Amino acid sequence: MKKLIMTAVLAVFTATGAFAETVRLGTEGAYEPWNFVNDAGELDGFEIELGNELCKRASLTCEWVKNDWDSIIPNLKSGNYDAIIAGMSVTEERQKAIDFTEEYYPADPSSYAALAGADASVSSGVVAAQTATIHAGYLAGSSATLVEFASAEETIAAVRNGEADAVLADSGYLAPIVAESNGALVFVGDQIQIGGGVALGMRKSDGALRAKLNAAIESVKSDGSLNKMIAKWFGADAPQF
Amino acid sequence: MFSFCADPTTIDGLLWLSCYLTTGKHMAFYLSFSVVLLLLALAAPAALLFGFAGALACRSSLPPVRMFGHGYITMVRGIPDIAFFLFVPVALDQAFEFLRHKTLCSEITEPVWRGNEFLVCDAAKLPLGTSPQWVHEIYGFLLALLAFALVFGAFAGNTLRGAMRAVPDAQLQAAAAFGMTRRQIFWRVLLPQMWVYALPGLSNLWMILVKATPLLFLLGVEDVVYWARELGASKTSAHSYPHGDWRLWYFLALLVFYLALTWLSERIFAKLMRRFSRGQGSIGSAEATS
Repeated sequence: MKKLIMTAVLAVFTATGAFAETVRLGTEGAYEPWNFVNDAGELDGFEIELGNELCKRASLTCEWVKNDWDSIIPNLKSGNYDAIIAGMSVTEERQKAIDFTEEYYPADPSSYAALAGADASVSSGVVAAQTATIHAGYLAGSSATLVEFASAEETIAAVRNGEADAVLADSGYLAPIVAESNGALVFVGDQIQIGGGVALGMRKSDGALRAKLNAAIESVKSDGSLNKMIAKWFGADAPQF
Repeated sequence: MFSFCADPTTIDGLLWLSCYLTTGKHMAFYLSFSVVLLLLALAAPAALLFGFAGALACRSSLPPVRMFGHGYITMVRGIPDIAFFLFVPVALDQAFEFLRHKTLCSEITEPVWRGNEFLVCDAAKLPLGTSPQWVHEIYGFLLALLAFALVFGAFAGNTLRGAMRAVPDAQLQAAAAFGMTRRQIFWRVLLPQMWVYALPGLSNLWMILVKATPLLFLLGVEDVVYWARELGASKTSAHSYPHGDWRLWYFLALLVFYLALTWLSERIFAKLMRRFSRGQGSIGSAEATS
């Protein structure tokens, strides 16, 4: 009898466990409109809305974890969270360390922005980029002088106070900043395509979770809700699927 | 918070500022000051305890205990604080998880370190992956607290060891002549007189501890520095209160906070010094009466 009860209890536990699998999602929280902390002190943005939707569709219980960008891959590997959803582009170099899901944001060209009228040279000047991004990697191999900052916002501040001549970042990130600078900042140079689309980063040993999230991404792509989200957060001109 | 804050785009001036300064994010900023104070309130006694244990270990008659005490104090004092602060929480966390993995999941034979991944079974994770975010935050805070206690404990240990040696030998000899045991001499003669010699060093240490609290930020705890940086960064209209780069003002507020804290501490230590030097023929009492 006792054994029977124990088995029943165990069955209930494993059943609820399987139903409400908790997945911890790691994000930076400092890359608007992708992910940021809103005025209420809560995480908000395109990826927060998308992540919650994906979890709902995959019947997962999701928790959000904020983590600095430069340690976001090491902390995924050491198990602090189970997936990175932080505007991370798929690159060959990152694929050596972690796996990626399906892309949920199409490959978006990167742009340079500089102070209006400064006549900045993006090929020989000092260009700011966030540490450990595709942009920093690109600049390191170019003829420009690279200055790195821990957060994207600091790269903009560096251009504004003259520490850097220009900044290289995702167009989706720069567009609202340039638009709201009252003409102080302008796009300069040509757009360049670095890296692939944006996807969730996963541990290589987490194949089952990756399959679940892939199915959820397929589902938001096919019913058009992903395109609606992109338009809501990045405007009508943003690249769509 | 206020009813007129419903649409921040329609208000300006002081009204806007009053709404801006009472957003949920600012409340988190104000609350983070108590995180700093809590850390100080917990780290100071913990460090004193570690230091006391270290100083006692240094005075032990057993060579291995003595060596451990000396080793602890010398090692921690000789390593740069920041390196130690970054190392200890990671190392402790992995050590705890490794031990739990070995006891809770002994059936798994694969090594924990595979390539550059540190993998323990789900049951061994600290805190468990299923626990809510606040548990993770408290765990992170406790690891940071332990790092603070370890580092400042070593400095406190050295101060206390010196203070114990500064108590005049004649006092101890007189106590021995009265037939007191080693233990009695320590608790009744040495310890009460030691504090006055330890206090200048300890007050110095407290000041350094106060000034080291922003290291919490380095350990990923959301302290005052984290929120000052976060709030001061320029905001686009994705936020309800867009503004330019205001970090200068936020950090200025932090300067004022820390200056007030150290100023208050100095006054309290001056009082303590007078209290401990009462009735003692030492440098401290001379200072206190002059």
